[in-house]
Amino acid sequence: MKRVLVLFAHPRPDRSEVNVILTKAAERVDGVTVVDLYADYPTFEIDVDREQQRLLDHDVIVFQHPVYWYSCPALLKEWQDLVLEYGFAYGEGGTALAGKMLLNAVSAGARREVYCRDGGYKYELRAFFAPFEQTARLCRMRYLPPFTLYAAGHAEDEDRLGDHVRSYTTLLEALVNERLDLDRAEMEIELSDRLDELVAVRVEAE
Amino acid sequence: MELLQGAFVYLVAMVVAVPLAKRLGLGSVLGYLLAGIVIGPALGIVGAEAEDVKHFAEFGVVMMLFLIGLELQPAMLWRMRSRLLGLGGLQVAGTTASIFAIALAMGLAWQSALAMGMILALSSTAIVLQTLEEKGWMKTTPGQSAFSVLLFQDIAVIPMIALLPLLAIHGTTHGPGDTHHGGGLEHLPGWLQGLVIFAVIAAIILAGRYLMRPVFRFIATARLREIFSAAALLLVVGIALAMDRIGLSPALGTFVAGVVLSGSEFRHELESDIAPFKGLLLGVFFISVGAGIDFDLLFGRPGTIFGLAAGLMAVKLIVLLILGRIFGLRRADLWLFGLGLAQAGEFAFVLFGFAGGSGVLAGDVVRIATLVVAITMLLTPLGFICYEKLIAPRFGRRDEGQADEIDQPGTVIIAGVGRYGQVVNRMLTANGHTTVVLDYDADMIELVRRFGVRSYYGDATRPDLLHSAGAEDATLLVAALDDREKQNQLVAHLATHHPHCRIIARALDRHHVYELLDAGAHHVERELFESSLSAGRQALIELGAHPFRAERQARAFRTHDRQTLAALHENWQDGGMDTSYVAATRGRTDELDQIMQTDRTAERHDSSERGWIPPPRSDAGS
Repeated sequence: MKRVLVLFAHPRPDRSEVNVILTKAAERVDGVTVVDLYADYPTFEIDVDREQQRLLDHDVIVFQHPVYWYSCPALLKEWQDLVLEYGFAYGEGGTALAGKMLLNAVSAGARREVYCRDGGYKYELRAFFAPFEQTARLCRMRYLPPFTLYAAGHAEDEDRLGDHVRSYTTLLEALVNERLDLDRAEMEIELSDRLDELVAVRVEAE
Repeated sequence: MELLQGAFVYLVAMVVAVPLAKRLGLGSVLGYLLAGIVIGPALGIVGAEAEDVKHFAEFGVVMMLFLIGLELQPAMLWRMRSRLLGLGGLQVAGTTASIFAIALAMGLAWQSALAMGMILALSSTAIVLQTLEEKGWMKTTPGQSAFSVLLFQDIAVIPMIALLPLLAIHGTTHGPGDTHHGGGLEHLPGWLQGLVIFAVIAAIILAGRYLMRPVFRFIATARLREIFSAAALLLVVGIALAMDRIGLSPALGTFVAGVVLSGSEFRHELESDIAPFKGLLLGVFFISVGAGIDFDLLFGRPGTIFGLAAGLMAVKLIVLLILGRIFGLRRADLWLFGLGLAQAGEFAFVLFGFAGGSGVLAGDVVRIATLVVAITMLLTPLGFICYEKLIAPRFGRRDEGQADEIDQPGTVIIAGVGRYGQVVNRMLTANGHTTVVLDYDADMIELVRRFGVRSYYGDATRPDLLHSAGAEDATLLVAALDDREKQNQLVAHLATHHPHCRIIARALDRHHVYELLDAGAHHVERELFESSLSAGRQALIELGAHPFRAERQARAFRTHDRQTLAALHENWQDGGMDTSYVAATRGRTDELDQIMQTDRTAERHDSSERGWIPPPRSDAGS
């Protein structure tokens, strides 16, 4: 059983249509700890020791946030700048995170088709998230592809929100119970595309 | 040395009698009056010169009106207008009419009877206000009603002085006599008198608004406190003289000046300069009233004198009770209002002198009436005692005065609406929260009410007020009083009796933080800490620090200081500021200095320094 830490970063939860619902779902999953970073650090004064301890206490780190400018909201970037210290997360003696997993669970404004080679943005979201991937690599963590709700603003009208929330729960449960096929998942562009397969395959294997 | 001897006698009488009277629960006014009786008629230390002293001390009343004016902003006065004109006007008219009728029936000529009615309709501003303030009743509903009536009476003195000479029947002896130096306008035609009076009042208002402030500012910048006091006294004396000159009540003039200056930045300075003079002079005034009691006349016809005094008070009381009821006073409040104002006032001494001089009243009538007035004044403190000991308890009212009825229970109670509470309140209401704001400073309440804040007068440490403010349903209390002890009381009470309610408290200093936490507050904020920190940060910037570095230093300081505060709590609980506490504090201070320093001395990477540090140069290749 793995312990999952969801670091939730949203500066306007009051205007959130997707993320707050997702965190509520996450909180209901045993083995998952949800941290509202903007609630803990409204002035951006991050308690580095406390955050490092949180990392030590968990095996899977989920950055849950809306996509802001092809990246994360500012506080989560600040969190990385401060918490992932030399000697702790990387560099000499920096092995505290080795072997843990990192993934981004995000909501994006644009549709799936826009995030591809032939689409408006020319790249997959995973390509935009290369900095996260490289961060994980430097910290000797395993990086999983983003778990994304595309066109999040239309998710409710188009009746996709419920499914997405359910599959988020499935993902988190699978992470906790180690039922996600990590080797296959790692190769995906987008975790939400074929999540059932990635989880189901492992179940069949048992 | 005669002056010093006189002063010595009065001061001794004061110092001995007043604390004694207060200790016995009689109130200071009765103490002064008794002291006067002792040094006057009883021991005969002071004699006829007490009359002169009294005239001099009447100036205390003038000062008191100035101070009252200072407390009253014009807007507040305007809000009082219905009580002022309605209650005050009807009281003067009703009492004048009643006494006029009785005096007629007793065989006085109608002119004398009318003069008697007008003069005796007045109550004692000095005694009543002094007592109301002393007992803390000033801001209560009956207190405000009584104040309105007294204010109207003080204003009514002016037309009375104008009217009295017209009522002359005994043939005018020259001028209004020595009690009144005015009359400079008497030879002028009526319309011109009116014009002069109007011009002088206008001059006071204009000077107060446009001239006095620059003058006071000039004096204030000289930083000579005694000169400021002198200027304040000069202002009061000057206005009193000017008013006297044109035959108006000096008290009214200074009152107007006070109101005009109430909006100025020097309000509190003026107040604190004049207040001690006022207090002493009023004391001397009360002593001289006591000393001036004509015991020969009193013992010669005790039945008549006491009968008249009792009758007068009864008539005034009845009128007051009827009017008080009409104006919505009930139960204990009504009695406080009635008993408080049932006496005749110090203006009666002035006006009797004036009426005697003008030939409106015969000399022996004046002597008897003066004595009766003095006796009613002497009985007034007894009226207040009667209210406190007999009436208030019967109505189950405590003697702290009645707080405003609170009409809407809110979800957040804010106790104290000074600068601190106001900001909190504005933030909450702007965010759509319902607040009930309590403050025991009625001026403050008036002020914030003007800005639409739903606020109530009352002492927030009183359980019954908290109850009516809705403590039962409140989810949050913001304790923002500026009084250390009251804060502790308030928090302790709420934490004990309303444990569901969250408490955010304002602390004066770090030890107060502990007191409030121990009392049960959930969150305590030092009132000056954040502000000082901000100033410190700005100072670093001024000294050349990069603004974000200054910010980081401020954050580090805040964090460390808060940790220190928490860390030393137990130490403080265990023996307060003992040696171990002092030592621990020192240790923490040194530690903080180190934290502040590290940043400047640290190498590129140092675990003692957190945040935005580049990795070691050697890391470049990895």
